[in-house]
Amino acid sequence: MLKGHQTWVFENRPVIIATSAVGGPFESKGALAEDFDILHKDMWLGQDSFEKAEKKLLEEACEIAIKKAGIKKEDVNIFLSGDLLNQIISSSFTARTLAVPYIGLFGACSSSMEGLSVAALLVESKAADCVLAATSSHNAAAEKQFRYPTEYGAQKPPTSQWTVTGAGAAIITRQGEGPRITSATIGRVIDMGISDPFNMGAAMAPAAVDTIQAHFRDLGRDPSYYDFIATGDLGKVGHGITEELLKKHGLNIPPDIFTDCGMIIYKEEQPVLAGASGCGCSATVTYGHLMRRMREGELKKILIAATGALMSPMSYQQKESIPCIAHAVSIEM
Amino acid sequence: MEKFIWAFVVGGAICVIGQILMDVFKLTPAHTMSSLVVAGAVLGGLGLYEPLIEFAGAGASVPISSFGNSLVKGALAEYEMTGIVGVLTGIFEVTSAGISAAIIFAFMASLFFKPKG
Repeated sequence: MLKGHQTWVFENRPVIIATSAVGGPFESKGALAEDFDILHKDMWLGQDSFEKAEKKLLEEACEIAIKKAGIKKEDVNIFLSGDLLNQIISSSFTARTLAVPYIGLFGACSSSMEGLSVAALLVESKAADCVLAATSSHNAAAEKQFRYPTEYGAQKPPTSQWTVTGAGAAIITRQGEGPRITSATIGRVIDMGISDPFNMGAAMAPAAVDTIQAHFRDLGRDPSYYDFIATGDLGKVGHGITEELLKKHGLNIPPDIFTDCGMIIYKEEQPVLAGASGCGCSATVTYGHLMRRMREGELKKILIAATGALMSPMSYQQKESIPCIAHAVSIEM
Repeated sequence: MEKFIWAFVVGGAICVIGQILMDVFKLTPAHTMSSLVVAGAVLGGLGLYEPLIEFAGAGASVPISSFGNSLVKGALAEYEMTGIVGVLTGIFEVTSAGISAAIIFAFMASLFFKPKG
């Protein structure tokens, strides 16, 4: 199962039998709107706080995934979830609603693939028959916690990104129909000393490079093995740096199969500066858009390297740099 | 007419300084704001901000640096009247209208509106 230094190869190839994606009003105007199961017109989702709205997004994503899988929530052995809010409240409060065994994760925006890796591991090792892996983010809740409340009107530089309001969930089982998880590369924490919370793409790029390199090294694979490779939420700035660094390290991924979830979720004319970010970014793009393309047979082998910035509002106020991580999962049809 | 031009130029120049603090020196919006307040307070203490207001009018009195000047002005005026304790009691003397208005209007707005995002 362990291959090389940090990659798990799943011989039994756990199956993603169902996925879901829920989004907000900004996502409904985006490029992938049709791949969402529910799109909300209201940022508040009828709740009285943005944090409660995020919890509702996550609850809905879980509910839809369970329904699509044709199972009952009692069939879920483990619920794995992570999010950006302090003490991962969206995840834990959703776990309270679901009332199934729960393990909370924190990998910031890499939580989507962190959850999927661990889910596959649990199913592969027979620690669980059915795992629900989910994650969420909410634009206004994240802005409030990490940056400035929007009504403060603080300027953003062109390197800053737009946090996705959305949640994605996947059900992973040993048998069934659907895309299969074939391997996962667990990333190391990389910190190149960037401390600007408005330039997360650049901060996270070296982590993405490290994990992608490790993946191909551990498996002795060439990028041409895949027909689609995406990083999680680096945006234009971070993705450009990643491409450059990979080339420097002698890993040439053809540009036509290499993109970033944060670059494809919104339309060109949407004012998102460098692109999208947030746990909901790689989760909704992977579970909504990419899984549909796999089920339709358009994509056969994909690699998703979700990236996360592991700082807290306190750490960057104290001028600490931003430690980053990336986890990569390969999914094959 | 000339007064308007100078107000525009001086007010704009203060904003340019703020923009440079953010873009070149990578200060956060909050740090930029407090830096301008401190700069206004220092200039006020040295007696340089009042002449600037006389010269440029709203160009110098509207930007946040004027708030720093007003803090110092209030403290100094009260100091002259009541001694050292006046520095503490006078610091918000001139600016209290602005601060109270911000709190009261924000409270009223919050009763009727919800933030959009």
